[in-house]
Amino acid sequence: MASLNLLIGVCLGYVTLLFGVAFVAERAAARGKGAWLRSPLVYTLSLSIYCTAWTFYGAVGYAARSGMEFVTIYLGPSLVMIGWWWVLRKLVRIGRTQRVTSIADLISSRYGKSNTLAIIVTVMAVIGVTPYIALQLQSVTLSLSIFADPSGATDGGMNLLSAGFWVALGLALFTVLFGTRNLNANERHDGVVIAVAVEAVVKLIALLAVGIFVVWGISGGITETMARIDASEIGQWHMDRSRWAALTVLSGAAFLCLPRMFQVLVVEHDDERHLHIASWAFPIYLMLMSLFVVPIAVVGLDLLPAGSNPDLFVLTVPLSQGQDGLAILSFLGGFSSATSMVIVATLALSTMVSNHVVMPIYLSLQGEGATVSGDVRSVVILSRRASILIIIALGYLYYRISGGSGALAAIGLISFAGVAQFLPSMLGGIFWRGATRVGALCGLVTGFTIWIYASLLPSFGTDVVLSQSVFDMGPLGINWLRPQALFGVDGLDPTVHAVLWSLLLNTGAFVVGSLVSFPTPLERLQGAQFVNIFAHSGHARGWSASVAESEDLMIMAQRILGAREAQDLFRTEARKQGVDGHLPEPTPDFLQRLERELSASVGAATAHAMISQLVGGTSVSVQDLMAVADESAQLLEYSSQLEAKSSELSHTALQLREANAKLTQLSVQKDAFLSQISHELRTPMTSIRSFSEILRDTKRLSGEEKTKYASIIHVEAIRLTRLLDDLLDLSVLENGQVSLNEATGAMDDVIDHAVATTQAGGATLRIARVNGPVRVMVHTDLDRLAQVFINLVSNAQKYCKADVPELTIELREEQGNVEVYFTDNGVPIPNDTRALIFEKFARIDDQDGSGAGLGLAICREIMARLGGDIFYLPMTNGNRFVVRLPQTLALAAQ
Amino acid sequence: MGKEQNPPVFLERRSYRQRRLMDALRLLPLVGMMLWMVPVLWPVADTGDVPPIKMSQAITYVFAVWLALIFATAGLWSRLNDVSSGNPSDDDAETTGP
Repeated sequence: MASLNLLIGVCLGYVTLLFGVAFVAERAAARGKGAWLRSPLVYTLSLSIYCTAWTFYGAVGYAARSGMEFVTIYLGPSLVMIGWWWVLRKLVRIGRTQRVTSIADLISSRYGKSNTLAIIVTVMAVIGVTPYIALQLQSVTLSLSIFADPSGATDGGMNLLSAGFWVALGLALFTVLFGTRNLNANERHDGVVIAVAVEAVVKLIALLAVGIFVVWGISGGITETMARIDASEIGQWHMDRSRWAALTVLSGAAFLCLPRMFQVLVVEHDDERHLHIASWAFPIYLMLMSLFVVPIAVVGLDLLPAGSNPDLFVLTVPLSQGQDGLAILSFLGGFSSATSMVIVATLALSTMVSNHVVMPIYLSLQGEGATVSGDVRSVVILSRRASILIIIALGYLYYRISGGSGALAAIGLISFAGVAQFLPSMLGGIFWRGATRVGALCGLVTGFTIWIYASLLPSFGTDVVLSQSVFDMGPLGINWLRPQALFGVDGLDPTVHAVLWSLLLNTGAFVVGSLVSFPTPLERLQGAQFVNIFAHSGHARGWSASVAESEDLMIMAQRILGAREAQDLFRTEARKQGVDGHLPEPTPDFLQRLERELSASVGAATAHAMISQLVGGTSVSVQDLMAVADESAQLLEYSSQLEAKSSELSHTALQLREANAKLTQLSVQKDAFLSQISHELRTPMTSIRSFSEILRDTKRLSGEEKTKYASIIHVEAIRLTRLLDDLLDLSVLENGQVSLNEATGAMDDVIDHAVATTQAGGATLRIARVNGPVRVMVHTDLDRLAQVFINLVSNAQKYCKADVPELTIELREEQGNVEVYFTDNGVPIPNDTRALIFEKFARIDDQDGSGAGLGLAICREIMARLGGDIFYLPMTNGNRFVVRLPQTLALAAQ
Repeated sequence: MGKEQNPPVFLERRSYRQRRLMDALRLLPLVGMMLWMVPVLWPVADTGDVPPIKMSQAITYVFAVWLALIFATAGLWSRLNDVSSGNPSDDDAETTGP
């Protein structure tokens, strides 16, 4: 018979070992050598916290009472793991991309980061899990008492309540030490996870050892055991059909929704490949855990005296056979089951309580919210430690009040039904974009209320909270509100009844609430991201960060992430943005990243609230979205305007360049002309001076010579006069001071006059006339027009270098204009000088220097005065000048 | 979501095989659920003239289904690993499907 003291010694040694393992794991992880901590095996083993002391002790008791029904508790989780592709895969991906820290965080984050939802889920989880923690304390103390008094009849002089207290204190200590050691960015606890994995191995080995001892040691083999089972009082198939199905579904739901399961499934791990392996490895674990349950129960019923507590057969069967070592191993298995569950459950709950209840209250009490000074990290850690102590204290309190009453399995199922209320909101949130915050609130509150009324309160027994009359007649005599026969549905098993109604109405309220309400933009964005997590793991929602100051963000981040981590984060971001120094620009991307980092430490809702306090905009409103859309539309318009302006500018610049080139050319020509005209003026002046000097100084000149010299002087004087006349003429025309001498005449006559004038000296130019069908009359200054024609004809005479120079003068009426074509057969004017021929002083290859370069300029001025036009048309072999007069002038003449 | 402009109508053999394996994997929990709900239909001790199923048979049935499911899941997992080792990206493409 193992003494109680020996047992306590073994326990302490075992706990010390766990501390050591956790410590080594934390050290390894801190040194970056923790890869083995993240293996699929550890992941699978850590999932085993599903198997608590309830499973370890309670399953055998359950089997002794109800036969195979106990196995439903394992079937549900097995199906969920085998069907990982449907739900778990999505949950793990969402947990990784959204940095989810708990199931409350997941639900709150999905429904627009609502803190109300987070608080409701947290409170529900605490209420739902507290009985479960009490259950673990109860099972440990019960098992201790067995060693004190194997008959189990009395408590063997051992104070069960104080034993429970010491167990609770030890668990709290372990959780505080390894669960809140640091405020990890990923909310991971390597020490805890590895300790849980070790405990998983211990409890599996313990149960298998007891099972093997029972099957081969006591019964004598598999066949004999089977025969013994069939011969026992549970040897015939006996079941409540509704419970079989309902419990399978319920355990599957609880597997997903239990805060501690969410912690190990989603939060502590993020490698999806581990999930693939666990999908078959964890069902193996569950199968092995339940393999020997029925044999142990049957042998216990056989060997032990009637009235022994079947919940403790795992211990009492080896003890009754004198197998103290096996009993101690079995005790350690039960102890492991209890401690690992309590540690992880408290850890998960404390994260939720601290993130969603304590921190928001603390921040709002601070008044200035996120901008207070000092390190918030210590506050977060302190609040977590306090939460751990409070939750374990609550569990202990429940244990004291309930006095360790009730079968283990019954308490466990109540807890399961409570947390299963999260299922509709969670599954709806990740599969249905139409799910809204209002719907989730309605569903959760409805389901939870029904659960409390139909499952939790009746579990205390009659006349504790609910009186017998309420059970029999319903509250206030309303018959259809009887807690175990809602809506008059009588005769159902109480657990099935509570699960059915709470989940049904929960789902109903959730769906209806979602259908009739309208989500906020943030909810819709989050919903789209959660539901389509595989399509786009990115994030659509952005902060408009114009108001946010990097320094404020830095101060806040330092207080939550820690100075070094925050500085690292900001420096990395600054480097990524290409900014010098430590402070990056508060771009929406960066704010998004920062929010996610913070949410890993304090939860999504709190992180969102903190950033929004600094940034200004509390959330994305439709107005914001529209403003953003407007802004981008304006930007587009502005940029297209800029584009148009820039092309206009480049066009203008081109024109300016052309004008500049022309001006430069003109300036060069003017300089050339000035020297030319001074030369032109000097030549006649020189001959006039020389010949007049000869006439004055030479005494003996013949009359013939005198006449010759005088006529030379005369011709030169005329040439000078003509030059000066031209300049004067042009100047007058340009200044618009010319008075037109208008008269009506035939165009032909004007042309004839011009030709006759130019041909007077007997020229070599052949002139051909092409006249139109009718005689065209014009009303204009005929003399000026004649001057233009004369100029054109004499130009042709002077410059046409063809062998047989020929000028064709053609009169046409075209599109309301009268046009006269002067076409010669000379060398076409070169391309580069065409633009200049109508300019003043422009002279093209003027060899004899007789022209002043004013003729065409004068022509253009005259035509402009007359309301017409003159322009040049290049021909393939020749030149064509066109003189155009508007038809109105011609019509007026008729 | 319109990201790929023209997804091919037919997949190459390996992707096709992979998708059918995924289908089997998805069906597996439903099969398990159905098999494990069979005990609901068994005659029980209290009612009827039909003799109830023996407990040893019930245990054998439940654990046989369990083993079969575990082997099926593990088998599909290793097959998927073999098939998809060449193109791991196809997994994500699959998820956008129905």
